[in-house]
Amino acid sequence: MNKNRKIEVWVGLFMAMGFAALFYLAMQVSNLGTAYTGETFDVTARFDNIGGLKVKAPVTIAGVEVGRVIGISYDPQDFRAVVKMGLQSRYLHKIPDDSFAKILTAGLLGEQYVGLDPGGSETTLGNGSEITVTQSALVLEDVIGQFIFGKGQEGKQ
Amino acid sequence: MISLLAQLGDWGIHGLVRLGRAHLLLLPLLRGLLDILRRPRLLLDQVYSVGVLTILIIGVAGLFVGMVLGLQGYYILSRFGGETALGLMVAASLVRELGPVLTALLFAGRAGSALTAEIGLMKATEQLSGLEMMAVNPEYRVLAPRFFAGLLSVPLLAAMFSCLGVLGGWMVGGGMLGVDQGAFWNGMQNGIDFREDIINGVIKSVVFGFVCTWIAIFQGYDCVPTSEGVSRATTRTVVHSSLAVLGLDFVLTALMFS
Repeated sequence: MNKNRKIEVWVGLFMAMGFAALFYLAMQVSNLGTAYTGETFDVTARFDNIGGLKVKAPVTIAGVEVGRVIGISYDPQDFRAVVKMGLQSRYLHKIPDDSFAKILTAGLLGEQYVGLDPGGSETTLGNGSEITVTQSALVLEDVIGQFIFGKGQEGKQ
Repeated sequence: MISLLAQLGDWGIHGLVRLGRAHLLLLPLLRGLLDILRRPRLLLDQVYSVGVLTILIIGVAGLFVGMVLGLQGYYILSRFGGETALGLMVAASLVRELGPVLTALLFAGRAGSALTAEIGLMKATEQLSGLEMMAVNPEYRVLAPRFFAGLLSVPLLAAMFSCLGVLGGWMVGGGMLGVDQGAFWNGMQNGIDFREDIINGVIKSVVFGFVCTWIAIFQGYDCVPTSEGVSRATTRTVVHSSLAVLGLDFVLTALMFS
C-alpha cells in the first residue's frame, strides 16, 4: 500500500473514531438516550409554596415519570405560585381531574419533584387543564417552628 | 530604576506588536479555506500529522485519567456513603472540564510544538520565501491546511479522551472497587445533560483547538529564522497555548455553567 493510501486510511479511521466517541458520549453518557422526545400536553397547578422546585423537575404518578415541570411563575392576583407541567401525550385524557398534586423530595436531601395522586372523577385532564387540589412543599423552618411551638405547649401543661 | 521601567515599556510594546501581527495572520488563515476546498489533499496530509499521530498520547492519557478519577472519587465519596454517585462524578469531571482542557494541553505540547518547529524550520531554510518567489502564497498553501487540521482534530480528540476516561473510571469502579454497575451508569445518564454538558464540552474543545493551533502557527511563522529562534518559538508555543487554554477555560466555564 503506497504512502498516500496509508494516510487516507488512517485519517478516515481517526474521523470515524472521533465521531464514534462523540456518539457514545451522546447516547450512553448523557440523558439523550433516555429522555422523552415526544408530544406533551400542558397542565397547570397552583401552590402556596413550591419550596425548591425547579424547571425540568420530574412529574410522577405512582413513582413513574409522566412528565416534566416546564414553567414556574407567580400570580400577583392570587398570591400563589403557578406551576406549568408538560405531561407525555399518551396520558392525555387518562388522568382524573380531581387528582392531588404534591411537591415531594427525592430522598432526604434530594431534589424536589411533583407527585400526582389519581382521584376518582369521571372527567379527565386535557390540554390546558388545571389541577385544583394541591399540597405545598414542606418548608423545614415551618416544621421546626411547629415542633418547638408544640413542645412549648406541652411544657405549659 | 528608569531603565527598568523603560524595559518594561519596551516589553509591553513588543508584546502588543506581536499580538497585532498574530491577528493579521488570522485573516489569510481563514481565507485559505477556499484553497483547501479546491485541494483537499493538503488538509488530509495535515490531519494525519496533527490528529492521527496524537491519538496515542490522548488515548493513554484519557484512560489513565479516568482510572485515577475513579479511584480518588471512590475514596472521597465513600466517606459520605455516596459511592453510587461515582459514575456521575467521573463523567461530569471529564466531559465538562478535563476532557477539553487536558486534550488541548497535550495537543499543544505534542502537535503544537511540532507545527511550530516545522514552520520555523521552513522559514529558516527560506522555503517559505521560495514558495513566494514561485507565486504560490505560503499562507494559503502551507499554513491554512495546518490550521484547519488542528481545528478539526482537537474536538475529536477531546471526545475520545472523555470516552476512554469514562470507560477507565468504569473499569476501576466496577471491576476493582465493586461499585454497582446499574447505579454507575444510571446516575451518570440522569445527571449528564446532552446540551448543557456534552455540547458545551465540544464548544470548549473547538475554542481551544482554534487558539492552540493559531498560536503554534503564528509562533512558527513569526520566529527569528535561526536554530535558537526556532527553539525559543517552540517553547513559547507550549507556554502560551497552555496559559491561553487555562485562562479561556475559566472564562468559558463561567459563561456556560453559572
